[in-house]
Amino acid sequence: MEGIIELTLWQVAAAYLFVVIVLLIVKSRGIKKEGEIVLSSVRMTLQLILAGYVLVYVLDNPNPFITVAIVILMEAFAIYTVMAKFKGLLTGKLKKIISLSMGIGAGACLLYLILAVIGVQPWYDPQYFIPIAGMVVGNSMTGVSLAVKSLLEGMTTRRQIVEEALILGATPREATADIINRTFDSAIMPTINSMLGMGIIFLPGMMTGQILAGVSPTTAIAYQIAIMLGILGAVAVSVILTLQMGYRTFFNREEQLV
Amino acid sequence: MEENENSLFVLINVSYLNVLDIPSLTIGRGITTIFGPSGSGKTTILKLLNRMISPSTGQLFFNGTELRQTNPVQHRRKVVMLSQNPVMFEGSIGDNLNAPNIFQKRPLLDESLLCSALETVRLGKDPATPVNLLSGGEKQRLALARVILLQPEVYLLDEPSSSLDDASAEAVVETLCLKARKENRPVIMVTHSKAIARKYSDVIITIAGGKSIGQELCSGRDN
Repeated sequence: MEGIIELTLWQVAAAYLFVVIVLLIVKSRGIKKEGEIVLSSVRMTLQLILAGYVLVYVLDNPNPFITVAIVILMEAFAIYTVMAKFKGLLTGKLKKIISLSMGIGAGACLLYLILAVIGVQPWYDPQYFIPIAGMVVGNSMTGVSLAVKSLLEGMTTRRQIVEEALILGATPREATADIINRTFDSAIMPTINSMLGMGIIFLPGMMTGQILAGVSPTTAIAYQIAIMLGILGAVAVSVILTLQMGYRTFFNREEQLV
Repeated sequence: MEENENSLFVLINVSYLNVLDIPSLTIGRGITTIFGPSGSGKTTILKLLNRMISPSTGQLFFNGTELRQTNPVQHRRKVVMLSQNPVMFEGSIGDNLNAPNIFQKRPLLDESLLCSALETVRLGKDPATPVNLLSGGEKQRLALARVILLQPEVYLLDEPSSSLDDASAEAVVETLCLKARKENRPVIMVTHSKAIARKYSDVIITIAGGKSIGQELCSGRDN
């Protein structure tokens, strides 16, 4: 297999034609999104350049403390992103629950994937740990985000149903069971859908990257399957922990809606 | 504490936010009606008795035990409240009648029991009928049947006939009061009809502006 084609600065610059096309579309339609599109393109470019330099250093100097620190930073940023999205809507208790759930859900599934499934040696090898952590943490963030949105909506729009169930002798857990189940379903649906379409409708980014880098497609597929299942696990565990602990924050000690 | 063997609920210096302020009130074991203008705090009293809300200050006793010392869910299973605008769960009439049994992990009731409860509230419908096909009045009767099937120790009824026409309203209240008397289950009812209140209650408690302003003995037991 031939080596990968190195992209020159001019070749990368040529890809910005797509941004120009999007800008032309929104401009002609009168959609006021130009600023956001330019900002997101610039931020993406700068963030990736920075990440590239950091990764070059980290990969050249493997160190368990640096690897763990980077993963913690990713997790913290993911938690911050969820908090920022629901600014003003979350109680202090719910914020703690979200942080704990994302930390445990993504952390436990990541460690299992790295140590038990792939068996990375040494365990902190940044070449494996960091990109896989990025995928697991990022997807768990998306799942928890959807779960929090759906939980807040459910507890608002279905408040009367929850109240009626309490009046009829339900515990808060029973009164919210339907909301929790629907929320869990909607939060893991994107992951399930992406698994359904994988390999037929689209080739996932990680696998595409590995194939471009010259890895045999069969090895790339094996990695993709393992990581996709790890992502499913991380999303499901983070979401269910958020919901199982989070619903209680809508009730007081006297099992009344607050 | 103003309590004797006939006391079911005793309220001492109970207040709730700015809505209710009752220095002393004893509710007995017969059929009690709470009467008063809109916004006077009638529903708030029922919610306090059912523990859907807790007093801001004061003490509330049920059968001599302070409510704060009891398990709220267990209490709600004994002292069941019918809301003024009861909410229906998705599904059929039967699903709604059995919903509390699912919540309370009790065996589901068979169709003959469901039909008999529907007859009690004069709702002649098949239990398989989807609830979204029912009118407001029919939903209120279904909610009443749901409460009757629970066989609670105490019935708390918030305007049980507000969505019914006068004739149906009286018929439903009469059936329920007769049933409750026969089974020796206390009823605490909020109603807007003084005629119904006088006819079926043992005691009428009048409240206004969040304060209890009087109790009147009636001859409801004779009906």
